[in-house]
Amino acid sequence: MSEPATRHPTVNYTAWPDESGHFGPYGGKFVPETLMPALDELEEVYLKSKLDKEFQAELEALLRTFVGRPTPITFAQRLTAHFGGPRIYIKREDLAHTGAHKINNALGQALLMKRKMKKTRIVAETGAGQHGVATATAAAMLGIECVVYMGTVDMARQEPNVYRMRLLGAEVRGVESGSKTLKDAINDAIRDWVTNVRNTHYLLGSALGPHPYPTMVRDFQSVIGREALRQMLDPEIGPGRLPDAIVACVGGGSNAIGIFHPFLEYESVRLIGVEAGGRGIAGGEHAARFADPKLGRLGVLQGAKSYVMQDADGQIALTHSISAGLDYASVGPEHAWLRDQGRTEYTYATDDAALEGVKLLSRLEGIIPALESAHAVAHLMELAPQMGKDEVILVNLSGRGDKDLGTIMKELGQL
Amino acid sequence: MSGVERIQAVFARAKAEQRAVFMPYHAMGYPDRAATLEIIRALGETGAELFEIGIPHSDPLADGPTIQTATYTALTQGTTVADCLAMVRELRIAGMTQPFCAMTYYNPLFAYGVRRFVEDAVAAGVDGLIVPDLPPEEAEELEAACRQAGVATIYLLAPTSTDERIRFVASHCTGFIYLVSVTGITGARADLPPDLADFVARVRKYTNLPLAVGFGIATGEQAAAVARIADGVIVGSALVKAATGEAGLAQVTALGKELVMGAHAPRRD
Repeated sequence: MSEPATRHPTVNYTAWPDESGHFGPYGGKFVPETLMPALDELEEVYLKSKLDKEFQAELEALLRTFVGRPTPITFAQRLTAHFGGPRIYIKREDLAHTGAHKINNALGQALLMKRKMKKTRIVAETGAGQHGVATATAAAMLGIECVVYMGTVDMARQEPNVYRMRLLGAEVRGVESGSKTLKDAINDAIRDWVTNVRNTHYLLGSALGPHPYPTMVRDFQSVIGREALRQMLDPEIGPGRLPDAIVACVGGGSNAIGIFHPFLEYESVRLIGVEAGGRGIAGGEHAARFADPKLGRLGVLQGAKSYVMQDADGQIALTHSISAGLDYASVGPEHAWLRDQGRTEYTYATDDAALEGVKLLSRLEGIIPALESAHAVAHLMELAPQMGKDEVILVNLSGRGDKDLGTIMKELGQL
Repeated sequence: MSGVERIQAVFARAKAEQRAVFMPYHAMGYPDRAATLEIIRALGETGAELFEIGIPHSDPLADGPTIQTATYTALTQGTTVADCLAMVRELRIAGMTQPFCAMTYYNPLFAYGVRRFVEDAVAAGVDGLIVPDLPPEEAEELEAACRQAGVATIYLLAPTSTDERIRFVASHCTGFIYLVSVTGITGARADLPPDLADFVARVRKYTNLPLAVGFGIATGEQAAAVARIADGVIVGSALVKAATGEAGLAQVTALGKELVMGAHAPRRD
């Protein structure tokens, strides 16, 4: 494998965040004082663990033997033929244990707590239930008490995951406040953390929240991009070259930042994040923070400064997406910063397009994608026709769709 | 006189009289606009000398269920940041002279425009600001605006704060420091935490600013216990709960009187 020729970054993308946890104007630590010492401790412990060979070796072994990494890349032959344009490859995070990329971060943080912190209990939030299941799984495997907060609207639409978490020994607490979705689950998880911070670690599931979470979650998820880079360049496994574009869905943005990050310095690779367009941008019923300047503006939500969907008075707007995992009012601060640098670009796919994506991938490739990941697949319908036959697209398939069968059946009806 | 000076004067007077200051919190716009004005005036008449004016936010992550519900109600009735400032102005016109500290989360303030918010708040009659999700590290712009306008920046300290953080946060406070009595969120509790006196003493080592204690205080007896060790007693959830229902005003007034008695109780040394 030779080093690709395009590695001449004009900006040092990997030098961020700065010491205070900011990505330019984004990020930071906007939390109640009670939590500040816990964040300082977490940062210190986390930075040390990065240099701790024993810890890294243990994590790597677990990713291999428990999660099933590396996940493969699959050449999507029929999908490629369907569009008649660029060669399409799929990074198969749906094949990771528990069915989504979330386990990479959940396991990393749970192991960090178990080995390096004097804490005995984990709280987590979940939207689609994938992060909750991943956390409950890691907690069960490592023998840690685990409480998961979940909006009651999400509990209804992701019922199998609720049962799965309980089966894994976690306590699932329904959240009745606000919109009863991911944002409200995060509020209650933070309230629990504020109350029990002396013995509890908050296992945040996306590249969101106060520093050091966006960085730590990114680093744990970057295993996706590191593997994908190696696999793409290896002609035995992949195309033997860099992709021309990488596409990933963006809720908080952890699967996207995970696959993007190792490719940042290869500036010939377009990095495209797909937000949830819900019922369309015009009506405001969506979660496309970057696509709607009326609702998506710079603000502070749940610990970090970033783009936040809000009304004129700074109250957080209700969001809508068919996928619980993308149904969130803010986006990871590093995405906002990379977008400002022109290094990443963002678009959206509507609920209907995502359902098309589900059908397409299921029928052409035999892979039922999670509704979240289906947003990335949906964008291919727009992107592929613009690209040439000699080009290559890599799609991050962040999770599998079994958990969404209830919603998909309701939406698509009899087949 | 600046806001900072007005707040200082309240604590100086209480100190001279060897008692603490009673500082009630109210969620602006709860249960409705008219009742808000009546409740705050009534609390003023019971002997409250300093007020925490709660500007509602959709995501109050430091608040327990009582204040969450109250601020949510206020928001669903359409209460805006500008409305809250207008209510402060009306209370001033009605003759209230006690210092008002606006308590809000950062995003509503940020969306309003930090500098513009401070200017409008001062013009309305606000003397200090409490922003629970804004640590001093992130508050450069707000502090600059407040310094210029003479508005107090009141930060919170918690039992988990290290000595180093106490020193750092105290150096950014003006007016007084808000001590969170418990490791947790707002809400009435049956007992005060046993280590409260130690926590207050630990903060005293690093500052001469008045120390007001809040979170979890619900009764006159608890107020008296806090008044023995601190300079101010802050009560929120218990009063908001009392403000709920038909007899809200009478209940708030009765509880206000009880809390003032507690806060003003003679100190045993």
